[in-house]
Amino acid sequence: MNSLPVLSLITLTPLLGVAVLAAWRSAEGVTARRIALGTSLLVLAQVVALLVRFDTDTATLQFVERASWIPSLGVDYFLGLDGLNVLPLLLTALLIPFSLAIADPPADRPRLYCALILLLECGLLGNFTALNFIHWFLYWEIGLIPAWFLVRLWGGPGSRAASDQFFLFTLAGSVALLIAFQGLFLAARTFDLIRLAELGRAGELAGTLATTLAWTGLDATRLGPLLFLAAFAGLAVKVPLVPLHTWLPDTYAEAPTPVTLLLTGVLSKMGVYGFLRLLAPVFPQEIRALLGPLLILTVATIVLPALVALAQTDLKRLLAYSSINHLGYCLLGLFAVLDAAPASPAWDRERSAALSGALVQLFNHGINAAMLFAGVAMIERRSGGRRGLEDFGGLRAVAPRLATIFGIALFASLGLPGLAGFIGEFLVFKGAFALVPGAAVLAVPGLFLTALFLLTLYQRVFNGPVNPAWKAFPDLTRREWLLLAPGVLLLVLPGILPQLLLRWVNATVVVHAGRMLPGP
Amino acid sequence: MNGPLHLDLLTQLLPEAVLVVTALIVLLLDVRAFRGESIAVRMSRAAWGSILGLVAALGVLRLEIASGDGPAATFLLQGPTQFLKGLVLLMALATVVFAIPGRFTRHVGEFFALVLLATTGLLLLAGTENLLMLFVSLELVGLSLYALTAFHDRRPESTEAALKYFLIGGVAAALTLFGMSLLYGLTGSLQLAVIGTRLAANPVSPLAWAAMVLVVAGLGFKIAVAPFHLWAPDAYQGAPTPAAALIATGSKVVGFLLLVRVVHIGFGSAAAGSAGALPWRPGWLPVLAILAAVSMLVGNLTALRQSDLRRLLAYSAVAQAGYGVLGVLDPAPESRAAVLYFAVTYALAVLGAFGVVALLESAGIEPTLDGVTGLAHRSPLVAGCLGIFVLSLAGIPPLAGFFGKFFVLLHAVDRGAALDRIWLVALALGTSAIGFYYYLQILKRSLIRPESGVAPALPLPLPVSPLNRAVLVMLAAGVLALGVAPKLLLEPLGASAAPPVTAAAP
Amino acid sequence: MIAWPLYLSLFGALAMTLVRRPDSPLPRRLALGISLAGLAAILVAVIRQPPGAEPVTLLRWDWIPSLGASIHLAADGLSATLVLLTAVASVAGVLFSWNVRERPREFFALYLLLIGAMHGVFLSWDLLLFFVFYELAIVPKYLLIAFWGSTRREYAAMKLALYSFLSSAAVLAGIVVLAAGNVPRSLDLSLLAQFPVADRVQAWAFPLLFAGFAVLAGLWPFHTWAPTGHVAAPTAASMLLAGVIMKLGAYGCLRIALPLMPEGARDWRFVFGVLSVIGILWGALVALRQRDFKFVIGYSSVSHMGFVLLGLAAATPLALSGAVLQMVSHGVIAGLLFGVVGRMVYDRTHTRDLNELPNFRLDRTLPGATWIFILAGFASMGLPGFSGFIAEVHVLLGTWPVSGRFVALAGVGILLGVAYTLRTIHQAFFAGDGIPADRMPPPLAPLTLPEKLGAALLIASTLALGLYPRVLLDWIQPVLAGPHFVGLRRSLGL
Repeated sequence: MNSLPVLSLITLTPLLGVAVLAAWRSAEGVTARRIALGTSLLVLAQVVALLVRFDTDTATLQFVERASWIPSLGVDYFLGLDGLNVLPLLLTALLIPFSLAIADPPADRPRLYCALILLLECGLLGNFTALNFIHWFLYWEIGLIPAWFLVRLWGGPGSRAASDQFFLFTLAGSVALLIAFQGLFLAARTFDLIRLAELGRAGELAGTLATTLAWTGLDATRLGPLLFLAAFAGLAVKVPLVPLHTWLPDTYAEAPTPVTLLLTGVLSKMGVYGFLRLLAPVFPQEIRALLGPLLILTVATIVLPALVALAQTDLKRLLAYSSINHLGYCLLGLFAVLDAAPASPAWDRERSAALSGALVQLFNHGINAAMLFAGVAMIERRSGGRRGLEDFGGLRAVAPRLATIFGIALFASLGLPGLAGFIGEFLVFKGAFALVPGAAVLAVPGLFLTALFLLTLYQRVFNGPVNPAWKAFPDLTRREWLLLAPGVLLLVLPGILPQLLLRWVNATVVVHAGRMLPGP
Repeated sequence: MNGPLHLDLLTQLLPEAVLVVTALIVLLLDVRAFRGESIAVRMSRAAWGSILGLVAALGVLRLEIASGDGPAATFLLQGPTQFLKGLVLLMALATVVFAIPGRFTRHVGEFFALVLLATTGLLLLAGTENLLMLFVSLELVGLSLYALTAFHDRRPESTEAALKYFLIGGVAAALTLFGMSLLYGLTGSLQLAVIGTRLAANPVSPLAWAAMVLVVAGLGFKIAVAPFHLWAPDAYQGAPTPAAALIATGSKVVGFLLLVRVVHIGFGSAAAGSAGALPWRPGWLPVLAILAAVSMLVGNLTALRQSDLRRLLAYSAVAQAGYGVLGVLDPAPESRAAVLYFAVTYALAVLGAFGVVALLESAGIEPTLDGVTGLAHRSPLVAGCLGIFVLSLAGIPPLAGFFGKFFVLLHAVDRGAALDRIWLVALALGTSAIGFYYYLQILKRSLIRPESGVAPALPLPLPVSPLNRAVLVMLAAGVLALGVAPKLLLEPLGASAAPPVTAAAP
Repeated sequence: MIAWPLYLSLFGALAMTLVRRPDSPLPRRLALGISLAGLAAILVAVIRQPPGAEPVTLLRWDWIPSLGASIHLAADGLSATLVLLTAVASVAGVLFSWNVRERPREFFALYLLLIGAMHGVFLSWDLLLFFVFYELAIVPKYLLIAFWGSTRREYAAMKLALYSFLSSAAVLAGIVVLAAGNVPRSLDLSLLAQFPVADRVQAWAFPLLFAGFAVLAGLWPFHTWAPTGHVAAPTAASMLLAGVIMKLGAYGCLRIALPLMPEGARDWRFVFGVLSVIGILWGALVALRQRDFKFVIGYSSVSHMGFVLLGLAAATPLALSGAVLQMVSHGVIAGLLFGVVGRMVYDRTHTRDLNELPNFRLDRTLPGATWIFILAGFASMGLPGFSGFIAEVHVLLGTWPVSGRFVALAGVGILLGVAYTLRTIHQAFFAGDGIPADRMPPPLAPLTLPEKLGAALLIASTLALGLYPRVLLDWIQPVLAGPHFVGLRRSLGL
C-alpha cells in the first residue's frame, strides 16, 4: 500500500488542466488543445508508471486509498486497483489524448471544449477507481455533464434532442440505480462495494433485505430481484442493452466525431464496468435466477443492432450500432460466468475464459472503436462533413494508407484471428459455448452479421470504382499516420501475443470467476 | 360598628374629590371670568386647569391603603386598583391635551367639567365592589359621556350620536339595574363577594341565570361588545375627538375591570357553566363566549368596509372587546392581570390613534383612509407613531398588543387537559387575520410615496405642537416598552412576580 | 458569540435610521459590514467550540414570570447550522443588492431587521420569544415587497403577509395549547420537551401547529403565496424569502412541533408525507410550464422544500438530517438562482419572459451569468458533488422505512427537476443560436464585482457542503440523537 495517493492524483490531474484553461482567457484553439493534450498525456504517463508497479500475480486490491467521508451513511473515500479496473483505466488514459489529437477543437469556444474533455476524463478516471457506491456514483454523474454539453454545444442539427434524450435516459437510469443501492444500504448499512460483494456472495443480503424492508410486504424472494432490476436498469441504459439503447444512435450521430469516439470508446465501458463491479458481485443469485431472460436480452443486443446496421447509410450510425453489438459480447461473457453449472475446476476454467474474454473485449473494443471513428474523422475532414455510405467509393485507390488502417481496424472489429479483437471474442464464445450453449449459438449469427455489414462498409467506401468527386481525396498525412500508428500496434500486437493483455487480468479473473458464484 | 367616618372617607377618596373640585372651578372660571375671550384662549386655559387638577389627583393617589371594614369594604383600594386608577387619570390627561387645539364647541367650561366628572365616575367605578355604588358611578360616567358626545357644534351627527348613545345606554342601565335587583333578591346582599359565595351555595337557578345575563348585557354595552355595540360607530365618529378618545379608552378599561370583577367575584366559578365540548352547561361562561364570538366576527368583518378612520376604530373596538372578553372566561385570579393588560395596552394604542385623528382634523383633513395617504412623507414622526399604534392593534410583536392578545388567548382556553374552548381561540386568530388586513391598509396608505402618482392628502407637514408631539411619542414608546417588557405592567396589575412553581413530573 | 449576528443585525437596523442623507452609499456599506461581521462571528464561534447536542445558553432574562416566559437565547448544533446559513445568505443578499438606488437607507434597515428576526428565531429557546421573532419578520417582508418589488408587488405583498399571518395564527393556537396544556408553567423549550401534552390534544393540535409552520415552508396546497411573492420581491428579498424564511417554518416544525408533540407526529406522518410528495411533484410540473424565468425558480423552491417537508414528516434520524441539510442546501442554491435571475439577468435585460430572452443571446453577452446559472442548475438538480445530492439521499434513505412509494415518487420529482432545469437553461441562455447573426443583441453591462463575490460565496458553500457534508452532519446528528428529541424517538419506536 502506497503512502502517496497516486490514484487520487491521477484522477485530479485533469482538473489542473481545466483550471489553466479557465484562467487563460486569451488562449486560442491551438493553445487550448496543447494544454489539454499536455494534461492528458501527463495522466497517461502516471498511469503507465502505475502499471509498471502493478503486481499482476495477485488479485488483492492495490494502490488502495481509504478515508472516512460521511460516516452516517457508511460512505468512505475508497479507491483501489485490481484486474477489473486496470484495463479501463489504461483505456481512458489512452483515448482522451487520442481524441484530442485526431481532430482540431471546434472553432467555436475551443477552451470550453478542451476543458469539458478534461472534465470528462476526470469523471471517467474517478468512476473506474472508486470502490464505494456514493463515490462511484458521484463520478458517474460527473461523467454525464461534460458529455451532455459536448453533444449539445458542438453537435449536429439534431443535437438538442439527442443530448436531451441521452441525458434523461441516463439520469433516469441513475435514479433507479440510486434507489436500488439505497435499498442495499438499508440492508447492509454500508455502501462499500467490496463489502457488499462479500455479503452478496454469502447470500446474506437477501435475508437482511427481507427484514429491514419488511414493511413493503415483500419477502426475500421478491425484494432481491426488484432491487436487482432497478440497478440493472440503471446500468443497462449506459451499456446499452436492448431495449434501452434507443438514445445511442442519435447521440453518436449528432455528436462531433472526436466526442463520439469517447462516447463509444470509454463512456460505454462505464456501463459494462458497472455490471462487473457493482451488479454481478452483489446480486449473483438474482442473476442466476434471471439468467434466461438476461441472456435473451444479451443475444438481442448482439443480433438486433447488427441487423439494423445493415440498413444504415450514415457511417457514424452504422458504427454506432456496431458498438452496441460488440458490447453485447462483454455481457455475454459476464452472464456466462454466473450460470448454473456447479463450481469445479473444469467449469472454473471456462468461467475464467469467459470473464477474461469480457475484460479483454472491453479494452479491445475501446481501442477498436476509437480507431474506426478516427478513420471516420479523417474522412469527414476531407469530405467536408459528409459521411454517407453512398457518398464515397474507391477511396482505396486514392488514399491507400487510410484504407489500410481503416481496414485493419475493421478486421479487428470483425474478430479476425491475429488481430486483437479475436482474443476477446474467442474467449467469450469459448466460455459461453460451454456454460450457456443456447445463448452462444444464438449469438453466432451476430458474428456473421457483423462481418457482413463491416465488409459491406469497406466495399462501398474503399473498394469499387473511384467516385469522381473524390479524385483529389488526400491520403493520410505523416502526422496523422504517426498518430494512428500506436493504435494499429495495439490492435495487432495483442492478437499475436495475447498475454500482453491477459496478464493484467488473469490473477483477478481466477479469483473472481470463482468468487462471483453464490455460495461460500 | 361605626359608620364610615367622613374624614376617613375623604382621605380615601381624595383623588376623586380633587377632580370634582377642579371640575367646578374650571366650570365657574370659564362661565364667569373667561366668557369674553376667544375660544382658543378659553380652551387653552380650561385645558390647563384640568391638567393641573388631574396631575394633583395623581399626586394624591396612594397606591397602598390598608384594607379592612368600613370604607375599604365599599371601596376596594388595593394596589392593582389604585394603579389602574392612575392609568385612567393619565388617559384623561392625554385626552385633555388632544383637546387643546380643538375648536368644536363654545361651551368650553362645560366640556372640560364633564370630562373631569366622567373621569371621577370612572375612578369611583374602579374602586367599588358594591352593587349600588357600582350603579351610581356607572350612571355618572354614562350621563357625562352621553352629554360629551353631543358637544360638537358643527356636526349634526354629533347630536344624533349622543341621542343614540343615551337611548341605548338608558336601556342598558335599566337592564343592569333589573339584573342587580334580582341578584339582591336572590342573595340578600349588595357586596359582590357575598353574592358570589351565596350563589355558589345553590345550584344555578333560571332566575339566577337571568340575572347574570342581564347584568352582563348591561356591562357589555359599556365595553361595546356585539350585539350591544350599535351606539359605538356613531359615537366614535360624531363626538368631538377628545370625547371619543375618552369613551374608547378610559371607559373601556374600567368597563373591563368591572366585568372581571362582577363575573369572577360576583358570579364565581360555580355559576360558570361551560362553553367547550358539547353539550354546554348553562352559566355566565356560554353567554360571554357567544358575545365574544359575535363581537369578533361582526367587528372585524364590518371594519373591513370602513373608510372613515373613526368608524374603523369603532368597529375594531367591537372586535377587540370580543378578544378581551375571552380573557374573562377564565375564573382564576391570574386572568385579571391579563385582561387588564390587554385593555390598558389596547387603550394606549387607540388613544394614540385618536390623537393622530385629532391632529388631522385640526389641519382640516377628513380622517379617512384617503386622508392618511402619504402621511409618512409629510410628517414622519406622526406616521411612525400611527404605524406603531396600528400594528399593536393588529397584534404584531414586539408591540404590546400582541402580548395582550396572547395572554387573553391563554386564558380563553380551558386549563384542563381537554383544552375545550379551542374553537374560540381559532375564531379569534382567524378574525385577527382580517384585522391584520385592514390595519395594514392604514400603514400602507401612510407610506405611499408622492412620486407614485397618488397625491398625498396633506400639502404640507402637519403642524404639531410640542406638547402633542410629546404625548404621541410617549404613547408609542409606552406601547413598545410594554411589549418588550410586559411585566412592567403585569406586576402592578396583580400578576405574580415569581415564576410559577413547577409541579412534579407526571 | 453565536448570538452576535443577531445583536449586530438589530443594532444595524437601528443605526441605519441615523443615516442622514437618504441616498448615500453608507447604508449598503454598513449592511455589508454588519453581515460580514456576523458571518465572521459565527465562523469563529463554531471553530473555537464546535456546537454539540446540548444547547449552550447565550442570554437568559426573566421576562414574564407569571407565564414562565424568559428571554432565553441558546444554541445547539441545529441552531448554529441555521445561523450560519442565514449569515451566508445575508452577505450574499447585500452583495446582490449593491445597486439598489431607491431609498437604500430604508431598504437596508428593513433588510437587517429581517435578518435579525431570522437569527432570533433560530436562537430562541423560549416558545414566546420564538414566536415574537417569527412574527416580527412579517411586516419587513411586506414592506420590502410592496415598495421595492416588481410584478404586481402590492397584491403579492399582501397575499404573502396574509398567508404568513394566518399560518402564524395557527402556530399561535398551537403555542397557546402548549402553554396552557402543560403542567409546569414554563415556556422554556427544554422543559416543554420533557412534559408533552396529552395524546388527545395532540391529535388535533399537532396538525394545526405543524401545518401552521409548514405553510411558511411551502406546504401544498397552501404554497401559492410563495411563487407570487418571490417573483414580486426585489432580488435580495427573494433570496431571503426562498433562502431562509421558508426555512423558518421548517425549523419550527423540527424544533417545536415534532419534539413537543411526538405522538401527534407519529399519527400524522402519512398525511403530511403525502402532501409533501404532492408538493414535490406539483412544484416541478408547474415549473415545467412557466414562461417567466423567475416563476420557474419560485415553483422549483416549492418542489425543493417538499423534500424538506418529506424529511420532517418521515421523522427518522436520517430523514431529519436530510431535511436540515436540504434546508441549508436549498437556502444557498435558491439564493444563487434568484441572484442570477433577478440581479444578473433582469436588471440588465428588464425582461424575464423566456420567449424573449433568447434575443439577448445571453451565453455570449453574459457568459459569467450563464455559467453561474448552469452550476446553480446542476446543484438544484441534485447532481452529486453539490449539496443537494447529499441532502436528497439522506431524505430518501430516511423515508424508505416509512413508505417506499414516497421514495419512488420523490425520485420522479428529481427527474422532473432535471427536466425543467435543463429546459430553462436552454431557453434562457442558449436558445439564441438560431437567430441570424446580423440581429445583434444589445450589449449588456458586465458582471460587477459584488455580483461575482456573492455568487462565488454561494457556489463555494454548496460545493463545500456537497463534498464534505460531515462538517454540518457532525453538528446536526448529535442534536437529533440528544435529549430534545427523546420524546420523538420514543413515540416512533427508534
